[in-house]
Amino acid sequence: MKQLTVISGKGGTGKTSITAAFASLANNAVFADCDVDAADLHLIFRPEIKKTSIFQGLKIADIDKDKCIDCKKCFESCKFDAINNNIELIKESCEGCGVCAYICPVDAIKMIDRDSGFAYISESRFGPVAHANLKTAEEASGKLVTVVRENAKKLAEEKNKDLVIIDGPPGIGCPVIASLTGVDLVLVVTEPTLSAIHDLERILSVANHFKISAVVCINKYDINLENTKKIEQYCKTNNISVVGKLPYDKKITQAMVHQKNIIEFSDGKLSQDIKDMWSKLKTILSTDV
Amino acid sequence: MKNMIISVASGKGGTGKTTVSTNLAFSIGDVQFIDCDVEEPNANIFIKAKINESENISVDIPRINKKKCDYCGKCSEFCAYNALAVVPNNILVFPELCHSCGGCELVCPRDAVGWNKRIIGKLEHGQAGNIDFYHGLLNVGEMQAIPVIRALKRKIDKNKQVIIDVPPGTSCPVIESVNGSDYCILVTEPTPFGLHDLKLAVEVIKHLNIPFGVIINRDNIGDKKVEIYCKNENIPILLKIPESKKIANLYSKGIALVNEIHEWNQSFSQVLTQIKKEVKL
Repeated sequence: MKQLTVISGKGGTGKTSITAAFASLANNAVFADCDVDAADLHLIFRPEIKKTSIFQGLKIADIDKDKCIDCKKCFESCKFDAINNNIELIKESCEGCGVCAYICPVDAIKMIDRDSGFAYISESRFGPVAHANLKTAEEASGKLVTVVRENAKKLAEEKNKDLVIIDGPPGIGCPVIASLTGVDLVLVVTEPTLSAIHDLERILSVANHFKISAVVCINKYDINLENTKKIEQYCKTNNISVVGKLPYDKKITQAMVHQKNIIEFSDGKLSQDIKDMWSKLKTILSTDV
Repeated sequence: MKNMIISVASGKGGTGKTTVSTNLAFSIGDVQFIDCDVEEPNANIFIKAKINESENISVDIPRINKKKCDYCGKCSEFCAYNALAVVPNNILVFPELCHSCGGCELVCPRDAVGWNKRIIGKLEHGQAGNIDFYHGLLNVGEMQAIPVIRALKRKIDKNKQVIIDVPPGTSCPVIESVNGSDYCILVTEPTPFGLHDLKLAVEVIKHLNIPFGVIINRDNIGDKKVEIYCKNENIPILLKIPESKKIANLYSKGIALVNEIHEWNQSFSQVLTQIKKEVKL
């Protein structure tokens, strides 16, 4: 079984629209939406949830004010400023380390489980999907990404699928790293803007840092041809192949409004170019990586 | 008029946070600008501040004194982040996983835990005209953006109008960046993805009890559902930026709208006026 992660560094370059388009082209794959902060893939997939599990990330402190003797040791020891001077917990700041519970001389603090979100296993018209929902203002999105990836892997094994396609989050930090460690190939979706180029260079260094092969897709390449050339030049210098150059097409938004991917919605040039890119990716995945 | 901290957030990435925050900064003029998207900082592509100060950001990572350690395993048992592992006759520290809570030092019965500084990123400071500019850069391969964001937020100058560019998403880095703001602008696009993620962002901002309004970018590309949602929820729409080739092209070249098409100066100044009205300053 192979794993492909679609990622971008900069948000809004078209990761999810492209992942959704692959869904019509990959005939034996499982899909995983690892952008657990702001998951959107389900808006196209409209999956039917088969199994829901509660995700408990880090624990959280629970202060029993009746036992508290106001010694302030917890307040002084918390490195996250999650307990204020009145010995009240600031939930959003608690990282669940347990130092307060350990230091409390009268056992007034317990570390309790914290429901941070849900992980789902679903079925869709494109095949099985693993996805999740992190509650707002919760921590541990990296851990939830790992849960989604494990679910996707299990699904692939159970259903005899040979590929897991992962829609990754923006950025380069914890949830991104959790989305790409151990995968066979990373597809970086970029666009010809100076911001996206800057972010492309950073995300490629992350892939390189974890020794994962990366290829690039330039989305909306025709909005600035000069910048597109710069990206191609950069990729050439760094020995990274550009597997697709996709034209700007308003139809991709229209498809989204109709809860469809672009392949289902239109057979225009954009769809054709995505098909060509997909066959290149398939070749790469089936050979050396 | 009192100075405010205005943060610009979005939920969904790529909706135009940086477009809004940088144009707002240029239209106000005398501001402090803080780019908290330390994973992918882009604001300076538009602000073009000359960086003249840089400061490393480090976190504390346990250093185990192997002469004192008897591999009892209490520290690794305590560590909520699996940053320590005790194997027969050795102890391993995984620095990327450590949250620097200090727990291992507390629980060690043999006083074997000390601390090393580990650099995870840096802050940079500079000026562009009368914009006082800060951004942070998380090093490649590092997991935790929070300590860099915290360091950035310590630079807030309460005597100035402050604009914070927030990273995308709804989890810890977003909370850390937005917390303490007087007002939050949520930037969205009129599409199903935009609406879905806007709703998530609204939940976060409501949870933090911060007044907020919406700016719709790339107006007219999708449907009307974002507007309907805002109307039903009584959320003010502060501005609509149309989908336009010209605007997209300026963005792609790193040129701020207000510096090229001057009508936009007026539009963004009005955003500030409306915000001040909303919070009754």
